[in-house]
Amino acid sequence: MAQTLTEFDTIAAISTPIGEGGISIVRMSGEEAVKIANQVFKGANLTKVPTHTIHYGHIVDPENQQVVDEVMVSVMLAPKTFTREDIVEINCHGGIVVTNHILQLLLKTGARMADPGEFTKRAFVNGRIDLTQAESVMDIVRAKTDKARQVAENQLDGGLLEKIRAMRQEILDTLANVEVNIDYPEYDADTVTAKQMASVSRSVIAKIDKLLKTAAEGTALRNGLVTAIIGQPNVGKSSLLNYLTKSDTAIVTDVAGTTRDTLEEYVSVKGVPLELIDTAGIRHTDNKVEKIGVERSKKALAKADLVLLLFDASKELTPEDYSLIEATAEKKRIVILNKTDLGQKISAAEITNLTKSPVIAISILQKQNLDQLEKTIKELFFKGIENSNDQVMVTNQRQVGLLEKAKKQLQDVVQALKDEVPLDIAQIDFNGAWDTLGQITGESSPDELVNELFSQFCLGK
Amino acid sequence: MIKNYDSNDYDVIVVGAGHAGSEAALASARMGQKTLLLTISLDMVAFMPCNPSVGGPAKGTVVREIDALGGQMGKNIDATYIQMRMLNTGKGPAVRALRAQADKWQYHEQMKKVIEDTPNLTLRQATVDELIVEDGVCRGLITNTGARYHAKSVVLTTGTSARGRIFIGELNYSSGPNNTIPAIKLSENLEKLGFKLRRFKTGTPPRVNSNTIDYSKTEEEPGDKIPRHFSYETKDEDYLKNQVSCWMTYTNKTTHKIINQNLNRSPMFSGEIKGVGPRYCPSIETKVVRFADKPRHQIFLEPEGKNTKEVYVGDFSTSMPEEIQLKMLHSVAGLENAELMRPGYAIEYDVIDPWQLKHTLETKNIKNLFTAGQMNGTSGYEEAAGQGLIAGINAALRAAGQSGFTLGRDEAYIGVLIDDLVTKGTEEPYRLLTSRAEYRLILRHDNADLRLTDYGFKLGLISEERYSKFLAKKEQIAQAAQAVKKITVHPTKEVQEYLASIGEEKLKAGVKADVFLRRPKVKVTDIERLTEMHISNERYVREQIEINVKYAGYIKKEQQQINKLHRQEAKKIPVDIDYNAIEGLATEAREKFAKIRPETIAQAERISGVNPADMAILSVYVQNGHYQKIQH
Repeated sequence: MAQTLTEFDTIAAISTPIGEGGISIVRMSGEEAVKIANQVFKGANLTKVPTHTIHYGHIVDPENQQVVDEVMVSVMLAPKTFTREDIVEINCHGGIVVTNHILQLLLKTGARMADPGEFTKRAFVNGRIDLTQAESVMDIVRAKTDKARQVAENQLDGGLLEKIRAMRQEILDTLANVEVNIDYPEYDADTVTAKQMASVSRSVIAKIDKLLKTAAEGTALRNGLVTAIIGQPNVGKSSLLNYLTKSDTAIVTDVAGTTRDTLEEYVSVKGVPLELIDTAGIRHTDNKVEKIGVERSKKALAKADLVLLLFDASKELTPEDYSLIEATAEKKRIVILNKTDLGQKISAAEITNLTKSPVIAISILQKQNLDQLEKTIKELFFKGIENSNDQVMVTNQRQVGLLEKAKKQLQDVVQALKDEVPLDIAQIDFNGAWDTLGQITGESSPDELVNELFSQFCLGK
Repeated sequence: MIKNYDSNDYDVIVVGAGHAGSEAALASARMGQKTLLLTISLDMVAFMPCNPSVGGPAKGTVVREIDALGGQMGKNIDATYIQMRMLNTGKGPAVRALRAQADKWQYHEQMKKVIEDTPNLTLRQATVDELIVEDGVCRGLITNTGARYHAKSVVLTTGTSARGRIFIGELNYSSGPNNTIPAIKLSENLEKLGFKLRRFKTGTPPRVNSNTIDYSKTEEEPGDKIPRHFSYETKDEDYLKNQVSCWMTYTNKTTHKIINQNLNRSPMFSGEIKGVGPRYCPSIETKVVRFADKPRHQIFLEPEGKNTKEVYVGDFSTSMPEEIQLKMLHSVAGLENAELMRPGYAIEYDVIDPWQLKHTLETKNIKNLFTAGQMNGTSGYEEAAGQGLIAGINAALRAAGQSGFTLGRDEAYIGVLIDDLVTKGTEEPYRLLTSRAEYRLILRHDNADLRLTDYGFKLGLISEERYSKFLAKKEQIAQAAQAVKKITVHPTKEVQEYLASIGEEKLKAGVKADVFLRRPKVKVTDIERLTEMHISNERYVREQIEINVKYAGYIKKEQQQINKLHRQEAKKIPVDIDYNAIEGLATEAREKFAKIRPETIAQAERISGVNPADMAILSVYVQNGHYQKIQH
């Protein structure tokens, strides 16, 4: 159970999504954090300032003494920090390039690039937070948009905790009763029957299934919905891409190597994280004669959760267009009729009829109806999520794994009881499921059962 | 002023001759150590001051474990019971439990005789006032008559005698169990030596005269016909034919009304009793108050022996005034005219917080000093005897200069019991429950000998003769296990008819006997009859085969968990580690680690209130190899 962490070196990372707000924060944690920050900071001597103070100054490249940015630096000394280590946060507002530059300076000066979620991991290992909290915070760290953060925060507040606790209590009630039947055979408690245990097992399985269903959506929320822009050459794919990746929606998470040549780009469309795939393909080929066209689109299609299917509204549908409609029939898709400014040869109603999908007529060039497009993307994705605020989503692989394990254990209980295995034996898996669910919330103790036993039943000589 | 004098020297001295002390002294003497057993009253050796029964779920398994390790309890009850019953027969093999009604006078006499007849063992009546401790090492003790005994190790088993106080309504007085002399000075001495003591409370119900009970208004609970015994050495032909029945009746609205009207006279509710009582063994007044919606509670009438008319009114423990006890009794069907022979009472006593002990039951504070039984915060004769045996074994090993003996949670209920005590402490008198064991399908009553006889033999507590019989049984089990793998059950007419008769699906083709045996209702004898092949004549061997085959999947699951446990147990924590030097530990975890001083990572994990983050830090710290030692 325990993780080995042998090194507690100083780590650094950009802790805000770049480009989403005016201010970005570069965070460092570890023994050397203050010393490193001080080497690139012109202002107060950070090694001398009191803990939990903020200082105005400039980040200066020590190599050429050039000012990189005007910043506010917070110094927070251990142990009263998130990680229980010394933490320095540099608030800068110079945009992506400058923020990256500052991070690079810190890395050059002795910090190490933090692994994803490493700050949280340290907080956990240093005893600052418990397991569920740690997992949720990690998801916040990973959350690429506000909506995803909202889900992660809900979980931290105990939404998932409540659901799991309710399931555990349901199992525990039966468990305690079985135990009473065993430890006090002469006591006139109701005898739990195989039927009852099976029915509780099935009821909890159904609840686990519900949670697991949210897991898929949760994963998409965290990682971004894989989105393909598909259409014939010159239909406007490149323009749409440029529109979606325009600076105020673009998220660039990689430090180095974030170029427009990568195969994926992340954008936030009204809170929906989209992972646009094959963007390089679109950018590079749109200007040239596109030979591979449809072929290439189909390849991207295979990976996509969401398809943005583009047609030229000013022309009749071609046989290739029809084949694209067919190829994307199984996907969540939005049909976009572009170039409405050139006159509309195909009607939205006609396409709606044909595709049974949302159809938006736009003009990227004239910036017409683009907001409608964004809204449609959002609605399509958050259908069902948006309206229920109490929705608990499982967004973490460890939790998914444990839920699946608990489900399997309960299925084994049902099967065993069908096979006429004695209750107290089938109970091994029943107990196991209770324990597994406890691992999600980090509360698993055999004393719980004994306490339940005595609170529920009146026993003794 | 009593003048002290030097008495004899011993290897091991055991203080207290209840269920813990008797086992401890016998084990020590049998292991060849010159042993002295001291008791406040010779008439109280292995006495049962509460219910006249031995065994039951978890407890019955402990008795068998004691037997497999060469202890006495199983043999003693087999020689003196008046009724034997197997409980939970409708359930799986892991939770079946043997329970006997004891003739409590015979039980006492029989144990006393065995002790008297055991070589190397001296039994003497004495009250111990203080321990002789030099430089943190226990060297012996001094009695109230001034006798100074020296010994290599000492086992304390004070039961409920340590500063015992009995409560009957408004009446309360200083007393040990059953109106014996309490031990006062020893408690003071232990506190002076730095031990943390606390007050626990327990109680016992009234006893009534059997001649005055109207049994026609009660339900009979007879003993079993099928012979079963606690000791693996007791023979079937010795099974008791003429067993005595127990009887069951109920409280009613009138009883509850009497109790509710007089709660202010119960020292439990008036606040006079400060000790913590057991939740699993509440007084009848506690039951009526806490479970007010229950219209009635069961009462078991259990005879206390063959040559006495005293009947134990089970599940009716009370500390009400005598006057009220009479009214309560007379409100119960069958007891309308019952004559009270002894009133029920509550008793408060000192216990040592068990986190002050190691798994060997040696105290962490004072070397060569061991404690066992009720004084360690448990309740129950079986729990006491199990600890007594382990403490006695370890006191003897210490006297012989050998290293200690402990049992794991995966090896015995005794291991679960002791680990719970020393790892978690206890907030109330601790009773073993099957739910406290993680691996109860492995810790069955039927395989206690298979689990533990090797240990008993190596310790010198199991004779050569018994050991060779045990090895023969093991061999028979191995052969029978082979046989069921080889024998084929063919879909003959007879087999199909048999399957139909037990409501099972017919065979489509021949299968091996072990596969056939997996069907819930099939027994080894059925296979022998249907195939005319021999598997085993021995019912205990057949039982092992049936359990091992039918529950193979589950046994394997528990075995995998045990393997995981062993990996964590292999990670030792240095004894002199300074928890204050470990950065990042939560305060609660730091305090608990420092107090309990877990011996392994596995044990540390079981401490309540320790979270995964604390465990991560501790593991990392320990795995690093270098650690800060505690400063003295």
